[in-house]
Amino acid sequence: MNAVAAPAPARRVERWTRVSISFTTALAGLIVLLAFAPLLFGENTLDNLIQLYFLVILAIMWNALAGYGGLVSVGQQAFIGIGAYAVVFLSVQHSLNPYLAMLIATLIGAGISVPLAAVMLWLRGGAFAIGMWVVAEIFAIFVSLDATLGGGTGTSAVLAFNLRYSPEQRTHYTYWAALGFAGVLLVILFLLLRSRLGASLQAIRDDEEAARSVGVRVLLGKGVLFVLAGAGCTAAGAVILAWQLSILPLGPDSVFGVNWSAKMIFMVLVGGLGTFEGPIVGAVVLYLLQQYGPQNGVWYFTLLGGIAIGVALFLPRGLWGAVRDRFNLQLLPVGYRLRS
Amino acid sequence: MNWANAVLHGILLGGLYALLATGLSLMFGVMRIINLAHGSLALLGAYMAFLLVEHAHMSTYLALLPVLPGALVVGYVLQRTLLERSLRAGELVPLLTTFGLLIVIANLLEYAFSPDVHSLPSGRIGGASWRISSHFTLPWFDALILCIAVVVLGGLQLLLRRTQIGRELRATAADPDTAELLGVDARRVYAYATALAVATAALAGVFYAMRSAFDPFTGPTQLIYAFEAVVIGGLGSLWGTLLGGIVLGVAQTVSAQIDVQYFALGGHLVFLAVLIVRTALQAGGLRVLPRGASA
Repeated sequence: MNAVAAPAPARRVERWTRVSISFTTALAGLIVLLAFAPLLFGENTLDNLIQLYFLVILAIMWNALAGYGGLVSVGQQAFIGIGAYAVVFLSVQHSLNPYLAMLIATLIGAGISVPLAAVMLWLRGGAFAIGMWVVAEIFAIFVSLDATLGGGTGTSAVLAFNLRYSPEQRTHYTYWAALGFAGVLLVILFLLLRSRLGASLQAIRDDEEAARSVGVRVLLGKGVLFVLAGAGCTAAGAVILAWQLSILPLGPDSVFGVNWSAKMIFMVLVGGLGTFEGPIVGAVVLYLLQQYGPQNGVWYFTLLGGIAIGVALFLPRGLWGAVRDRFNLQLLPVGYRLRS
Repeated sequence: MNWANAVLHGILLGGLYALLATGLSLMFGVMRIINLAHGSLALLGAYMAFLLVEHAHMSTYLALLPVLPGALVVGYVLQRTLLERSLRAGELVPLLTTFGLLIVIANLLEYAFSPDVHSLPSGRIGGASWRISSHFTLPWFDALILCIAVVVLGGLQLLLRRTQIGRELRATAADPDTAELLGVDARRVYAYATALAVATAALAGVFYAMRSAFDPFTGPTQLIYAFEAVVIGGLGSLWGTLLGGIVLGVAQTVSAQIDVQYFALGGHLVFLAVLIVRTALQAGGLRVLPRGASA
């Protein structure tokens, strides 16, 4: 570029490589292809893929918070519950089309996360983590006190779907909704991390104090991530409602339950905290574990917690981080690399 | 029950929360980490006492004699193995590993003891209360827990102020590197702190279990209450923790006076209100400072 004085080892800063261009194109192609899955596969397969998609959404959103914002939350289930119950509220009580309700629910989740960010982002480290958990408990209690939403015994959206769609249609539309949310959120996060704000976010993750001292607006960056993660987890909650139809507000297995946090932390840690591709790998691992791992809930969650501890201590960059370090790969480029 | 009586009961209940929160506060003060498994470790103590009561037919109070030293050992080993590695791995890692531990403990307890609720016998004092007047009752057991909380907090304060290990704890909390230079083994000091924290957690867990029914997922709920007590009282201050516990207890019993279902909600909302007020004060404080003067 600059021909005046060539420094001894010529290094190039690069973002797109041949590998990453072909992989990103392939992934985009795959998402388009997956949109045609309802024409090819039976309901069982679609049902499994829906699970995989909402796990991917939860994983990339939790990673956006923790991996890029340095915000470990054990309360993102607040938004899962808000998403699920907002769809019930809109589609069962106000007879809105359930898929339109899923879209509006996501906006509601984003709306709620704005004032929440203003309070919670003042907390740091563990205080933020449990503070979010308290927020999830507050929402769970409010919902369980509302008799019109089914109170503590939960509710169901079966009618809202069955009045409009046959079971097969419901599976197809829910599939497309889940794929659409996952695809759009992946693209938003990808573009966000590649933007100027993304560079400052990665600076915050690496050293918050240093980033602040060179003029990065730390609170703004964290706020954007918090709202995005809030909206994303709400979308996942809406998909979860459409997938399982009946929901409970209280208890570790409910939509507001802390077990969701266990799953999110597992996926992100196993895949690779703070890498873009890692959480997707982690979601696939968790999906496989759900399909082929212990079917007993107690052993399943014990395994989840145990593996999460092991990975946090012995493989801090996760599976994807290990692969990337070994082969110097970056398939979905959000950063820059030096190449000699 | 009337309002004043609800406040009295809330103050007494605050003793239990302060006892639960003591270890959380101690670990935060010394190591700057929040142990998310704290409530589950408290419940582990309760279940160990339950085993002794059920199979050795001990009184619950007698069961504390083996449970508390056991908890000290568990805390020491926990620090030396899991937490020490986590602390070295970075700021966020202790949160992730202690959350994993919370999930593992809760599910293993469910496997070993079933998801059913259990309770521990509390002896003659358990149900007894003093009828002060037609409106006021004073449950002896809650008063006992408050006294124990004050004794534990006072004892810890004395330990920190007056003993060699207390001086080492304070020195390490202030600056681990300098403390190491002066010959303090920070890792040993951390292990003592965690051992003490887990022992107080187990003590609180056993008393909680004598007071109310418990199940494997009571631990996480108690962690939230303990954490709220710590935050309301001010992170890292021991007597603040007692005050925070009392504020939380009063908020819960007064809300329950309106409707029993509001018990937990009242506490959560007071916690949020305290957070919001702090945030507002902090934000105001930042604006008062001249540009560039903040550290």
